[in-house]
Amino acid sequence: MTDLTSLTLAEARKGLADKTFTSLELTDAHLGAIEAARVLNAFVMETPDQARSMAKAADERIAKGDAGPLAGVPLGIKDLFATKGVRTTACSKILGNFVPTYESTVTSQLWRDGAVMLGKLNNDEFAMGSANETSCFGPVGNPWRREGSNTTLVPGGSSGGSASAVAALLCMGATATDTGGSIRQPAALTATVGIKPTYGRCSRWGIVAFASSLDQAGPIARSVRDAAMLLRSMAGHDPKDTTSADIAVPDYEAAIGKSVKGMRIGIPKEYRLDGMPAEIEKLWEAGAAWLKAAGAELVEVSLPHTKYALPAYYIVAPAEASSNLARYDGVRYGLREQGKNVIELYENTRAEGFGAEVRRRVMIGTYVLSAGYYDAYYLRAQKVRTLIKKDFEDCFARGVDAILTPATPSAAFGIGEKGGADPVEMYLNDIFTVTVNMAGLPGIAVPAGKDGQGLPLGLQLIGRPFDEETLFSLGEVIEQAAGRFTPTRWW
Amino acid sequence: MSVDAATVRRIAHLARIAVSEDEVPHLQGELNAMLAFVEQLSEVNVEGVEPMTSVTPMQMRKRQDVVDDGGIADDIVANAPATEGHFFLVPKVVE
Repeated sequence: MTDLTSLTLAEARKGLADKTFTSLELTDAHLGAIEAARVLNAFVMETPDQARSMAKAADERIAKGDAGPLAGVPLGIKDLFATKGVRTTACSKILGNFVPTYESTVTSQLWRDGAVMLGKLNNDEFAMGSANETSCFGPVGNPWRREGSNTTLVPGGSSGGSASAVAALLCMGATATDTGGSIRQPAALTATVGIKPTYGRCSRWGIVAFASSLDQAGPIARSVRDAAMLLRSMAGHDPKDTTSADIAVPDYEAAIGKSVKGMRIGIPKEYRLDGMPAEIEKLWEAGAAWLKAAGAELVEVSLPHTKYALPAYYIVAPAEASSNLARYDGVRYGLREQGKNVIELYENTRAEGFGAEVRRRVMIGTYVLSAGYYDAYYLRAQKVRTLIKKDFEDCFARGVDAILTPATPSAAFGIGEKGGADPVEMYLNDIFTVTVNMAGLPGIAVPAGKDGQGLPLGLQLIGRPFDEETLFSLGEVIEQAAGRFTPTRWW
Repeated sequence: MSVDAATVRRIAHLARIAVSEDEVPHLQGELNAMLAFVEQLSEVNVEGVEPMTSVTPMQMRKRQDVVDDGGIADDIVANAPATEGHFFLVPKVVE
């Protein structure tokens, strides 16, 4: 039998339906791979007993001919999703041993459709980071290394555990979340496919909140088709999230292989940064050429407020985070550090429980919302956000179907290499992805090539609101042209 | 704009995060780096621009004003660091 961990989700679905193997065999193969890859630190909690019992239940459903669309498929879950009876920490000390008594809407839909949970995946603390280095469980290793080098690189973040686990073939797909690039940037750095759907497509209920007007859940997967299969189960209206959109979820898989002939693809000139590595520029041109060869029409477009997206984000996101994270006070759940009075209890708990990056963002958020500074910072940033969104609207109004950009400004880098002296150095990782969150649009990152050191690079496609289907069609064209990339196993 | 040491202490207290004296200079540097970065927003002309309140146009949904959940006090206190019955325990607040 071929190695079951090397299958795509679509291939596994066929094997399960044909009874070539069982979900229990598929699940055991992945549990074995997880055990052998602990050095990557991708999982912060393994749930083998639960995985096996879910796999057996899936096998029974398959035998009865009652299989859901993801029946028997083993997945990893980012530790930001509340999972009933399974510790959920957002990789923060402040949540301690928090065990939810409820299940997030997104994960409950995956289980409804028959998927199997292998465990919880590492991420940046409260999803604040671009390298998965801020987790209280320590950094995650990227399965990719530079050619001829033993240096462990970061997988990107914040969904670093999700990207690393999918790339290293530890799970067939993973849930992730994206506030400024946290699905697409790690996907690009690990040669996996990641899609952040339109704001409102997936319910945020039961997902630990970071910045509520920007947060969206989405999958990280081994192929464009796999991502389409996972998103279909994850998406959908939820009355428990008032910002969730009451719009029917299409069969995303049907968009795979659909002709892109005649589609207009925008190439935004503002994304051509000064000092952009030649390899990134070359990759971008290759992507444009592939789409053109498939019959798409390329047009230069302008998104004039692009450069203001990242600074506006670093006002809006910390402001919302400072408000969301006010709930961690040492009273109702999680860590408690004693104090002489209740204020000291709060202050000591939050000083001890939050890591350096989270403390910094909560403080900057508190500052920009404080009396006398609100108008100068927060209100201005929200006005700039209106302008950023209008840039995209103008572009789509001129008949552009999707926009093609690089996913990241560089390939993966070493642990501890960036952001030590100046936090802004790390923030620049999200320069191509953050605009999409600010405008609430869907964006997909697809592996497209390698740099001179053999590290994967990705391209990003940005779509109209609720038009993820076009992104899947175009993403498939890039995947077909570029091929798929698998790291050489060293762990 | 930039923050001084006194402002760092004031923000920390507003954010309910204990900050020791020797952490203040470091935090001040980091916060000022972030403020310097966002300073470029002041060059954008935002005259007459509405601040964003909702990223996707949607109607505020309302639900029936009825009790549709509850009776889960055990669940609510299940993760609390200190409880007595169905109450959260905190240091004395009112003298």
